[in-house]
Amino acid sequence: MSAPAPRKRGGAFRRFAAVFTKELIQLSRDRLTFATMLFIPLVQLLLFGYAINTDPKNLPAQIIMQDDSAFARSFVSALAATGYFNFSGTARSEEEADHAILANKAQFLIQIPANFGRDLVRGQKPAILVVADATDPTATGGAVAAINGAAASAFSRELVGPLARLQQSPPPFDLRIQKRFNPAGRTQLNIVPGLVGTILTLTMLIFTALSVTREIERGTMETLLAMPVRPVEIMLGKIAPYALVGALQMTIIMLAAIILFDVPIIGSVLLFVALTMLFIIANLSVGYTFSTVARNQLQAMQMSFFFFLPSMLLSGFLFPFRGMPVWAQRIGEILPLTHYMRIARGVMLKGAGVNDLSFDILALGAFTLAAMGLAVARFRQTLD
Amino acid sequence: MNEPPRDDIAIDVEGLTKIFDGKTVVRNLTLRLARARIHGFLGPNGSGKTTTIRMLCGLLTPDAGRGSCLGYDILTQREQIRRHVGYMTQRFSLYEDLTITENLEFVARIYGMPDPQGAARGAIVRLGLQARAHQLAGQLSGGWKQRLALGACVLPEPLLLLLDEPTAGVDPKARRDFWDEIHDFAAQGMTVLVSTHYMDEAERCHDIAYIAYGDLLAQGTAEEIIDASGLHTFTVTGADLHALQRKLGEDKRVEMVAPFGAALHVAAREKSALDAVADENRAGYRWTPDAPTLEDAFIALMNGAHNGEGKAA
Ligand SMILES: Nc1ncnc2c1ncn2[C@@H]1O[C@H](COP(=O)(O)OP(=O)(O)OP(=O)(O)O)[C@@H](O)[C@H]1O
Ligand SMILES: [Mg+2]
Repeated sequence: MSAPAPRKRGGAFRRFAAVFTKELIQLSRDRLTFATMLFIPLVQLLLFGYAINTDPKNLPAQIIMQDDSAFARSFVSALAATGYFNFSGTARSEEEADHAILANKAQFLIQIPANFGRDLVRGQKPAILVVADATDPTATGGAVAAINGAAASAFSRELVGPLARLQQSPPPFDLRIQKRFNPAGRTQLNIVPGLVGTILTLTMLIFTALSVTREIERGTMETLLAMPVRPVEIMLGKIAPYALVGALQMTIIMLAAIILFDVPIIGSVLLFVALTMLFIIANLSVGYTFSTVARNQLQAMQMSFFFFLPSMLLSGFLFPFRGMPVWAQRIGEILPLTHYMRIARGVMLKGAGVNDLSFDILALGAFTLAAMGLAVARFRQTLD
Repeated sequence: MNEPPRDDIAIDVEGLTKIFDGKTVVRNLTLRLARARIHGFLGPNGSGKTTTIRMLCGLLTPDAGRGSCLGYDILTQREQIRRHVGYMTQRFSLYEDLTITENLEFVARIYGMPDPQGAARGAIVRLGLQARAHQLAGQLSGGWKQRLALGACVLPEPLLLLLDEPTAGVDPKARRDFWDEIHDFAAQGMTVLVSTHYMDEAERCHDIAYIAYGDLLAQGTAEEIIDASGLHTFTVTGADLHALQRKLGEDKRVEMVAPFGAALHVAAREKSALDAVADENRAGYRWTPDAPTLEDAFIALMNGAHNGEGKAA
């Protein structure tokens, strides 16, 4: 028995580069596929001109309570009675409340000012501030209407006797509703970040899902497996070219979105690009995992669609995430698109930063690593 | 080139068995092949040659058996085997959508050769493919594909070549060049295991292993295999050879009868029985004793593997 031959340093990187170059050449020769990849996003972006309307309830809301009068408490309970709000917490400061909105923990902030009860009784028309995260206008519309309704009848119990004169319309206080992030309620603002994610999911998934099965069907797998290249090197070499394609797609979609729909990127562009790349890699890993499991290209395609459908339905793209039943939300939390949707809306429309999005970033990262690990473990190194 | 392990055995496997869906495709195969020699691997279609070769280079896991290839364990040291073995598949399996140059550069890079572009250029010159260097591999004719596949397979200078029917569909001149090249490789110390269905190629090998329906039936040089077959043969000429062929085909004493140009080739295991057959059928025919060929030996082996059911007519 001879001693194992010494490995050259950087060998793994060279083999990765070999697979990468080969895939890139093959990709560039496949003109039709290449054109499709650049075209699909544009077509989809144009097709999705409208959104689906729904009316979710139980939206997370936080209260900044600066008054402890009976009036303040009744107002809150009137809001709770509408069923639209789920008071997840009381913020102590405005910064804390702000973070809750950016991190997607709250969709509404309700601020009841100091001396609210006193000013109300004195007839000084105190103002209640309601801040609504209107990134997804369909999700907040119903709740905003409910606030107005609740305000009208909130104090029927307290305003009796001498105070009955205050029970009249207009109500004895001001309700200032501030729609943040998307004040005009334009659905495109909400749809575009979602579309970026959906389009990337579909294309990235399919292209890598075919990559291993194609080699098996064309018979080239036999030669590839007979060569000294490791599963990780093959995987990374096959994923990397599509990450470039994904970057190209992202650029096209974003340019189109900015030019056609006037969608802003309020947060850091760099952060947006970096997190979109993470999301692209997450999807490429899923596709590649399918590719190692499927026996042929048809199976790989079917698996991709099996993954794509729930992504589209349960991620909050088509229906407001908080309007979905709990079990559906649980499934949604597993899908990369759900987290990307929050990231994209957060960075583009709300200007959220890394801190605000840390949970979703970690979830995407963990998902990617898990998919890659599974792919490497599942990769069949023999023809058995 | 890497330092070859000490001993002079390239392939040493014992009891290799492969079962596909309950069907034993390779049964208890034991092979011991010397280094720096050309070993022919023969057997009828579906006899398990490709399966055996795949088990040798770690592409299939044997259901039973063990052994080594170039001193590396075929079950546990697949990675080392892959570095030092060049495997040319039966079906063309380079990338048809890459050019010849790109295919060769890919191979050179995967094996970590210091100058992949230079190595690919050198291989193209050796193969005489300069004019087609930038043609897609998928557009090559069958024979050229085979040459390219061989070129890719020897590029990283392997110690062992496993060639699965490398000359199927290759013209005679190219086939001769091909075999000259293989002999050069062997002279340089490379071990070659080549499967083929051509008798002339079998005779060009130093050693032959014959496998039928999963069993190794014979092993040795061409002469040894012919001798071991114990066959005796006659060449028969005469008027109505077709009638005689039909008659002898039903004769239990005759192992095999086959037309050979304007003559009939008759073989049997028992010399006395064959002499008796000759005596009975001398009227109108000329019986000339001659030496059995490798093909006679193989057909007899194949018949034996079928337990005598059905003779080669
Ligand atoms: N992956 C597989 N799954 C199931 N059966 C297989 C598989 N590969 C080969 N076989 C079967 O194993 C048997 C031997 O096949 P193999 O390819 O090893 O024969 P071979 O000697 O190379 O034949 P040929 O001369 O035609 O190339 C055949 O009956 C074949 O159908
Ligand atoms: Mg075969």
